[in-house]
Amino acid sequence: MVLRLPLFLVRQVNEPVSEVLIRGGTVVDSTGTKRADVLISGRRVSAVEEGILPPKGVLVLEADGCIVSPGLVDLHAHLREPGMEEAESIETATRQAALGGYTAVVAMPNTNPPIDSAAVVREVREIAKHAMAEVVPAGAITHARAGERLAPMAEMAKLGVTMFTDDGDPLQDPQLMRLALEYSVGLGVTIAQHCEDRFLANGGLVHEGAWSSKLGLPGVPSVAEETMVSRDILLAKVTGGRLHLLHLSTAGSIDLLVKAKKEGVTVSAEVTPHHISLTDASLVGYDPVFKVNPPLRDRRDVVALHQGLSSSVIDAIATDHAPHPPESKEVPFDQAAWGMIGLQTALAVALTVMGKKELPHVKDAAIDPSSFRSPGSSTGAGGDLVISSNVIGGQSVSPTRGAQIQVASPEQQLSFPELLSLMSWKPARIARLFPRHGGPVERGAWANLCVIDPYAKWTVEANDLASKSRNTPFNGMELMGKVRHTLFMGDPVVIDGIAQR
Amino acid sequence: MSDPFLHNLLSIEDLGEEGIAKVIALADVFAEVNKRAIPKVPALRGKTVALAFFEDSTRTRLSFETAARRLSADTITLGKTGSSLNKGESIRDTVRTLEAIGADCLVIRHPCAGVPEQVARWTNISVVNAGDGWHEHPTQALIDCYTLVNMRRLGWPEEDVTGNSRTSESLGSQGESPSPREHAPEELPLRGIKIGIVGDIKHSRVARSDSIAFSRLGAQVVLVSTPPLLPTSLSFWPVEVVHDLDSVIGDLDVLYLLRIQTERGGGRVIPTLREYSLLYALNSSRRALLPRHALIMHPGPVNRGVEVSYDLVDAPSSLVLKQVANGVPIRMAVLYMLLAASGGLQLDSDASLSTAMTHVETGEWMAYSEDTEHRSSGSSTPSVSGQAGERAGV
Ligand SMILES: [Zn+2]
Repeated sequence: MVLRLPLFLVRQVNEPVSEVLIRGGTVVDSTGTKRADVLISGRRVSAVEEGILPPKGVLVLEADGCIVSPGLVDLHAHLREPGMEEAESIETATRQAALGGYTAVVAMPNTNPPIDSAAVVREVREIAKHAMAEVVPAGAITHARAGERLAPMAEMAKLGVTMFTDDGDPLQDPQLMRLALEYSVGLGVTIAQHCEDRFLANGGLVHEGAWSSKLGLPGVPSVAEETMVSRDILLAKVTGGRLHLLHLSTAGSIDLLVKAKKEGVTVSAEVTPHHISLTDASLVGYDPVFKVNPPLRDRRDVVALHQGLSSSVIDAIATDHAPHPPESKEVPFDQAAWGMIGLQTALAVALTVMGKKELPHVKDAAIDPSSFRSPGSSTGAGGDLVISSNVIGGQSVSPTRGAQIQVASPEQQLSFPELLSLMSWKPARIARLFPRHGGPVERGAWANLCVIDPYAKWTVEANDLASKSRNTPFNGMELMGKVRHTLFMGDPVVIDGIAQR
Repeated sequence: MSDPFLHNLLSIEDLGEEGIAKVIALADVFAEVNKRAIPKVPALRGKTVALAFFEDSTRTRLSFETAARRLSADTITLGKTGSSLNKGESIRDTVRTLEAIGADCLVIRHPCAGVPEQVARWTNISVVNAGDGWHEHPTQALIDCYTLVNMRRLGWPEEDVTGNSRTSESLGSQGESPSPREHAPEELPLRGIKIGIVGDIKHSRVARSDSIAFSRLGAQVVLVSTPPLLPTSLSFWPVEVVHDLDSVIGDLDVLYLLRIQTERGGGRVIPTLREYSLLYALNSSRRALLPRHALIMHPGPVNRGVEVSYDLVDAPSSLVLKQVANGVPIRMAVLYMLLAASGGLQLDSDASLSTAMTHVETGEWMAYSEDTEHRSSGSSTPSVSGQAGERAGV
């Protein structure tokens, strides 16, 4: 674990001391919102106040009309290294992370070899030494992620691993899950579960509902997720273990989460940008880019996730960034790999879907993101919305793509601090990275920061993303909100939307 | 229909009622060709039709192959045992290869839904869906529509015309007259007909395509099955659902029996085949509940003794053999539609059909296709076409 060093030690680190001034922005963090410039000296924030005069030789990053936020923290990314470097590498993944405003990403353990021992934890950290964001390895719960016996969780925990999961291969055996949760209590770590009952999922490929029926694709019923959510909440309650529910996707799961939290169960939950923005209507053209697990659900579920976010019952938005090379996606639907990339688009999708538009008359409807108009002023002003006329209810069908961003209704939309809490300080606490990441922007804090232009519009071009893979479901869509600068431990890794290495 | 030129046939929804009527009218022309001593016309001379079957189906493949050859097209067959389909080459590469060697059309069957649609995005050559997973089997739906429309033309169900000739007496002699029906010529061709599709609906691409096609032609469709063999949601289909066959069988004009899809998971749902028979098979006691004029259909191959008792497959009211026989003319019509004129046949222009008929007689095919290349796509109101001609409008 990286210790929080006393301030004087930082100065002694034998590195060139650089100074960066973030000028003209509005600082938003867990303590509130204020107009302030931010001066960074070395790896730390050295001043946060209005009208800082740029010291000599300082690098000035303009933040006019922008939000200055603690760096984003992703609880769920598949970096593919070691072992699947044709899809992604730690270098390319963290470059996207930086471009997406993230300063820390939790690396899922389904690599090859899997992260199921101290040796692989060390290997991942070693590769990530020069990465553009902090790579936080999650450990596997079970040996080889096979779901049969526990992995050496304690030796990984000793190295600072705080989250364990068999994500991708949901832990089925209830006795083993109980054991893992019990064991985790002694280690003070979190058990994260991809909630899916394999028997109920029954080989399904898409959400079971109107679209699976129409398209003739085998469906994964919502109850396959909800059964597991329910079981694991009960086990967390019995054991006192800390449970994190990965990428919840159904209305029923949110109901179970509400109830569990009311009862005081130690449970947290995340949702993905794609589950809050897209429905199963996206599958109309059978494009496997929309094949993801859990599957894209229907409009009702998407609305329930919006509700869960706005009522704060959901703790985090996490990407489930899952790169796959084209040869794994340009195949029949049943053979196609699961997952989509998301590090570079997550914040913009979240802002487009959940960001406050401040137009109370805009009703709950699918809204064409291309209809956003540029706002007249900066932070705090509402972007105008126009509901596109070619949208029919929640299921819009076009011959090739039925993918349409589902914008939250105005009552469910979030303010910038609320939204950033879901992508920075709350996930940072879940991953025990707070306050190194997600901490208040104040004198002495580690300089893990991002600067966001919240109303900048941009069109996603799969080919322009920094991933080795192209499997974004948002290709060609216009999103609102762009990361302008990112500082990782004081290092300006992204300046004006351009990765510096 | 937004696009008057049909380039692909991926779903039966690519054809409106008028598109189905057009295929039927063309099928009439080609059914006549099939009766000739030399059942071949040079309509698609110089065209190449590739057949890629990623799932075994000798019947459908042979039917398409025969159709292509009777139109004088060259064929390339890629079977499951064919060299390129099992060496790990991706479908996308296979399609690129076919395009490079000059194929004009790809007829594709695949065990996974959506593959024809994906392939159509990867290529400019015409794609025909010959069955994709549980999704659709549009040419089977066209065959089934054609088969029923032909019965309707013979006067059924007002007149007892089950079978062609020898069989009609046996039924007629039973002396029960079906209820008289209105059948105005401008009506949809299957208006007033109630069709029960029975069996494993969930895993059946035939049920999906037929439900849509039959309803488009005005029939009332009832799906009869047990909940685990029904799709989760039927919100996309204009159908009624019944679990108990015997509660509805007396009202049916057509009993469409599906093949139990043991290979697609249907076998796991029903505890035993005997139990399946008990619930949904057509046996002689259940036959007695069917109206006398009712017809029996099945997409084949029939599991005799499972979906239908041995003797009833060949009963006079069974259309099973007619369905098989109609396969070739329907598939000739589809291939002709997609390939005869550049960019496909203009669906809503009646001129193209009469030209087709003229040229089947005179053999001036090549002149025809050159002609049509320059024809403007702006067209008038669709009108009555061939004997199938039922109505105008959408
Ligand atoms: Zn997962």
